[in-house]
Amino acid sequence: MSEKNIDEITGVSTTGHEWDGIKELDNPMPRWWLWTFYATIAWALAYTIAYPAWPMISSATKGVLGYSSRQELATELSVVAASQAELRAAIAEKPVEEILADETLRRFATAAGAAAFKVNCSQCHGSGAQGSAGYPNLNDDDWLWGGDIETIRRTIAHGVRFAGDDETHFSEMPAFGEILSPLEVRQVAAHVASLTGTPSDAALAEAGARVYADNCASCHGAEGKGDIAFGAPNLADAIWFYGSSEAEIAAQVRTPRHGVMPAWQARLGDATVKQLSVYVHSLGGGE
Amino acid sequence: MISIKAPTPLPVHIHPMLSQTEIERIDAEAVNAAGRRQPLYAPRKKIFPKRASGQFRRFKWLIMAITLGIYYLTPWLRWDRGPYAPDQAVLVDLANRRFYFFFIEIWPQEFFYVAGLLVMAGIGLFLITSTVGRAWCGYTCPQTVWVDLFLVVERAVEGDRNARIKLDGASWSMGKLAKRFSKHLIWVVIAAATGGAWVFYFADAPTLLVDIFTGRAAPVAYMTIAVLTATTYLFGGLMREQVCIYMCPWPRIQAAMLDENSLTVTYNDWRGEPRSRHAKKMAAAGESVGDCVDCNACVAVCPMGIDIRDGQQLECITCALCIDACDSVMDKTGRERGLISYATLSDYNANMALATAGGTDVIRPARVRDAGGALSGRIAQFHWRKIFRPRTLVYFCAWSLAGLVMLYALLTRDRLEVNVLHDRNPQFVLLSDGAVRNGYTVKLLNMIPEPRVIFLSLEGLPGATMQGVGIDQPEGRSLAVPVDPDRLREVRIFVRLPMERVTGVNERFSFVVEDKASFERDVYQATFNTPEGAR
Repeated sequence: MSEKNIDEITGVSTTGHEWDGIKELDNPMPRWWLWTFYATIAWALAYTIAYPAWPMISSATKGVLGYSSRQELATELSVVAASQAELRAAIAEKPVEEILADETLRRFATAAGAAAFKVNCSQCHGSGAQGSAGYPNLNDDDWLWGGDIETIRRTIAHGVRFAGDDETHFSEMPAFGEILSPLEVRQVAAHVASLTGTPSDAALAEAGARVYADNCASCHGAEGKGDIAFGAPNLADAIWFYGSSEAEIAAQVRTPRHGVMPAWQARLGDATVKQLSVYVHSLGGGE
Repeated sequence: MISIKAPTPLPVHIHPMLSQTEIERIDAEAVNAAGRRQPLYAPRKKIFPKRASGQFRRFKWLIMAITLGIYYLTPWLRWDRGPYAPDQAVLVDLANRRFYFFFIEIWPQEFFYVAGLLVMAGIGLFLITSTVGRAWCGYTCPQTVWVDLFLVVERAVEGDRNARIKLDGASWSMGKLAKRFSKHLIWVVIAAATGGAWVFYFADAPTLLVDIFTGRAAPVAYMTIAVLTATTYLFGGLMREQVCIYMCPWPRIQAAMLDENSLTVTYNDWRGEPRSRHAKKMAAAGESVGDCVDCNACVAVCPMGIDIRDGQQLECITCALCIDACDSVMDKTGRERGLISYATLSDYNANMALATAGGTDVIRPARVRDAGGALSGRIAQFHWRKIFRPRTLVYFCAWSLAGLVMLYALLTRDRLEVNVLHDRNPQFVLLSDGAVRNGYTVKLLNMIPEPRVIFLSLEGLPGATMQGVGIDQPEGRSLAVPVDPDRLREVRIFVRLPMERVTGVNERFSFVVEDKASFERDVYQATFNTPEGAR
């Protein structure tokens, strides 16, 4: 320290640090840099006064401008809500068929319905509405209770076999395990399998045709096409609710399972139910 | 600098005991002794550039007129694009995410053209610098142009160098206040016009101009104007050369761009030294004198406040005003022009070797002059052929290649495109008749400012049919989709493959879009998913 490090060429003192013969000049900072530095300090102080900054025990200082990011979000959401008010009013007012016919309303309802679906419906029907065993796939063209827009709306609004709603869809297939003999059950299962494919035993299936006509045709139809009035599934198509093997069919004949869907009208309100209907209708199976 | 006056010795009454003792003087010095102190912060040294005149000054006026003209007038040029697109020749339409440049319209996904322009600008800067040094800094850099403009104002209001130095040193009076106030006022007006012109590139200029003055323009427009006004005033008026020295990275990079054949502003000391203010007297006394009369004209005109005679330095922006200043002095002293000139290092070295007899002696001007006193024919002069060197050719080829690739891409680019998103959830849907359906989100891009009907059809996947959601056309293998001008239309498409065609293997096929009027076509390769283990 006692020795003064001066660079010969520039006449400026050096820091005394040397790397491979190169020394670092200790040039003074330009004064404007100092002003800039003071300005940033002033800015920082002003900022902490103007905006929420200093942490307290359970909260933080509010800042004199009263800014809050929550408040900002609420404002932005209310702006969006205001811009959608007209569309929402139209949806609440119009019957669902008219919403479907109007391009703007249909787009809005589809997008809103998709969001509502993710929150309320995807738990059972899957995030892509693809369903799973016991929970119908809403993308396909097979409908238990009908696939036109108004029926879809009614199904969503009042549910299926939902105890708390008077208008809910209701049907119950008897447990044929108590009515038919085990052989008859196997026969009718073979017959049902033969409607869309090859049964394991042709003779069994032939015998099953009689059992079917006596016991099942009243709801499922003579040709097994089902009936949406009773929510009776179509047995002659490629889509199976509880499995397509003869054993699975026989199990459903003996002790049928019955799914329950809640009624959503009371919980979500009329407009959301309409939006959900438009979304489900748009998935590709709507009639 | 701090000067400390030696204290006057006071009459001291020395204790009789102490006076007897010999006191040893310790060799110690305060670490912050006056002579060792270095300021932590250095104030800016004021620079008062004198007005120059000459060929380079005229060239700079011309460049200034052109660059400022381009900047201020471009947004006002009109370009007819028909009823569906704006008629502003150059427009960055941020709201609609379009960039218009005369006959070119760029969508966001074509932004690589702008990246390509930046690549070209970068390589172009290398090319220019390796050839003529920091020509960008000296002539066209906005910082240089605006500082030049601000200096014009300063000179007009406060007078030339000497008047300004005098005014600066004078105590405050009404006259000084009036001059300073009007100078800064004009600067702020220019700065506001600069910031104001910028926003016209982002909206319809005539409309925006009215909106700005009637208070109806968007807040972001006013904020942009305010920020750019502040930076222009600060950088052009107050900080000037400090921006180049402290803020800009280019002076640091340029050393790597220059080589011994690059033209830079050079003081030719091989003919200037030894400099003397009394050349005639010295010459009469038989002393060797160079051409430099040490008049400091080159220092006085320098906007960076440096002395080019100290050699090439970081601060020099090669504006060449010192060449103009020196040339006019040479004209007066009857010497050849070019004591300060654009020269290459290799020429300079050759001439230096000539003047110093190969470095064995001090500079003797007689060596570069013939018997008649004229400059010797052996002096190396710049020849334009030196521009063509491997380095500059590589830069030029790279620059041209980037340009040609962009030009090719521009001339062959699609104005009709299709993009497809295959549904992932569900990947496929089994229908009641055993058929399999896949869903796709098809995006049709009509990139011309005309409405058109785009034909979407399936290629491959025999037996498959499709239907569009919201498109009232029968299920088939093609659909006619109307698309708005300059817009993207998104349609949901369901493709259905009948049961007997379902193989259980995912199949490749294509979506084809066509404009039957212009024969434009685009193809998107897609996949059709089927359930594993299907027939």
